[in-house]
Amino acid sequence: MIPGPFSYHRPATLADAVKLLSTLGDEARPLAGGHSLVPMMKLRLATPEHLVDLHGIDGLKGIRREGNRIVIGAMTTQHELLASDEIAKSLPILHETALLIADPQVRYRGTIGGNVANGDPGNDMPALMLTLGASYRLEGPGGGRDIVASEFYQGAYFTALEPGEILTSISIPVPGAGHGYAYEKLKRKVGDYATAAAAVVLTMASGKVASCAIGLTNLHETPLLASDAAQAVIGTSLDAATLKKAAIAAEAIMSPAADARGPVEYRKHVGGIMVTRALTRAAGRAS
Amino acid sequence: MAKTHVTMKVNGAEVEGLVEPRTLLVHFLRENLSLTGTHIGCETTHCGACTVDLDGMSVKSCTIFAVQAQGSDVTTIEGVANADGSLSALQEGFRMMHGLQCGFCTPGMIVRAQRLLKENPSPSEEEIRIGISGNLCRCTGYQNIVRAIQYAADKINGVEFKEAAE
Repeated sequence: MIPGPFSYHRPATLADAVKLLSTLGDEARPLAGGHSLVPMMKLRLATPEHLVDLHGIDGLKGIRREGNRIVIGAMTTQHELLASDEIAKSLPILHETALLIADPQVRYRGTIGGNVANGDPGNDMPALMLTLGASYRLEGPGGGRDIVASEFYQGAYFTALEPGEILTSISIPVPGAGHGYAYEKLKRKVGDYATAAAAVVLTMASGKVASCAIGLTNLHETPLLASDAAQAVIGTSLDAATLKKAAIAAEAIMSPAADARGPVEYRKHVGGIMVTRALTRAAGRAS
Repeated sequence: MAKTHVTMKVNGAEVEGLVEPRTLLVHFLRENLSLTGTHIGCETTHCGACTVDLDGMSVKSCTIFAVQAQGSDVTTIEGVANADGSLSALQEGFRMMHGLQCGFCTPGMIVRAQRLLKENPSPSEEEIRIGISGNLCRCTGYQNIVRAIQYAADKINGVEFKEAAE
């Protein structure tokens, strides 16, 4: 399989990349790790006339701490996230999730920026970003702006990115010390997108849940925050009845597509199970 | 579409060629350089048969354009043998442990395993299995591939290879 013809651009600065994307218009696509876009191009499901490769731009990579936030450059690869001591220490759920994405070869190339900006409901990082309360930095022809992840996703492959804009970094507030976390992903095999997945970040106080956020992957055309489910567990010790209640509340907002991963009812059912498993495992890790 | 001039280092030698931007790295290696050891399996980024080493990373060469490898250092299966032409520890491991049957996945497996052992010289069985999870084999059931990599790790580390009890 050979992609359709295109012109290749490799700008050296962000300003040049923005300029190229705005000048070339709809027929131009930014190229990050390429592990979503290139397969789509080989299947001719995507036929951009111009690719603007972001690999030549300095400053789009790296992980740094700014006060009590972690800022990650968009071109940072999943492999680099997994190798980072800062991520392992401050955002262990990000480490856990990155390890469940695709396979080692894909993780060497695939970037966190591409994963969150593509708008594919099957990508794992978007729901996690909602759960963590992350925000994205976008740079475009009219300057830069920040947008919270919860306002970024509008539909499958539709995001708040305006023409010519590039997502350049992700800023994540570091969860408090002693927080519990888990990303539970049901998939058919290594490299598959989630049949259903749930992210949980919570804190416990005196054996009861003090705060909780739950995100859902591939259970709707956008990633979801299961706010009612999270509310249902606060103040409880996560007994069986509460877990059931949380699963039902989460299932109520799921509207997955029926596909090779299963019919709608099955995917909602296992979605609820991912929520209860993630809650249980997160609580076990909290101190 | 106008062709672009690319240069890169492949298995230690400087190479160059004219490619369309859409030429995939695997096609450049196989068709321009006649290095046909790197196989094309699924063409959908799943199977790992086309794995090569690119600037210290294991990558699927069917999902990277040759123009993106401009100036890079690439190692393919043709470049893994010892300098004197004898089999590398991994090649020997695959031979001794019967780590292949049809052999189609083997170039990708060996190139991937070489990077894995550079990053983790003494991997556990689980680490090996996670490490090669991007490479599909439809013959062996992976058991002998895991043994082959364990054999190579032990040989590189200078310890005697002992097969785990069945």
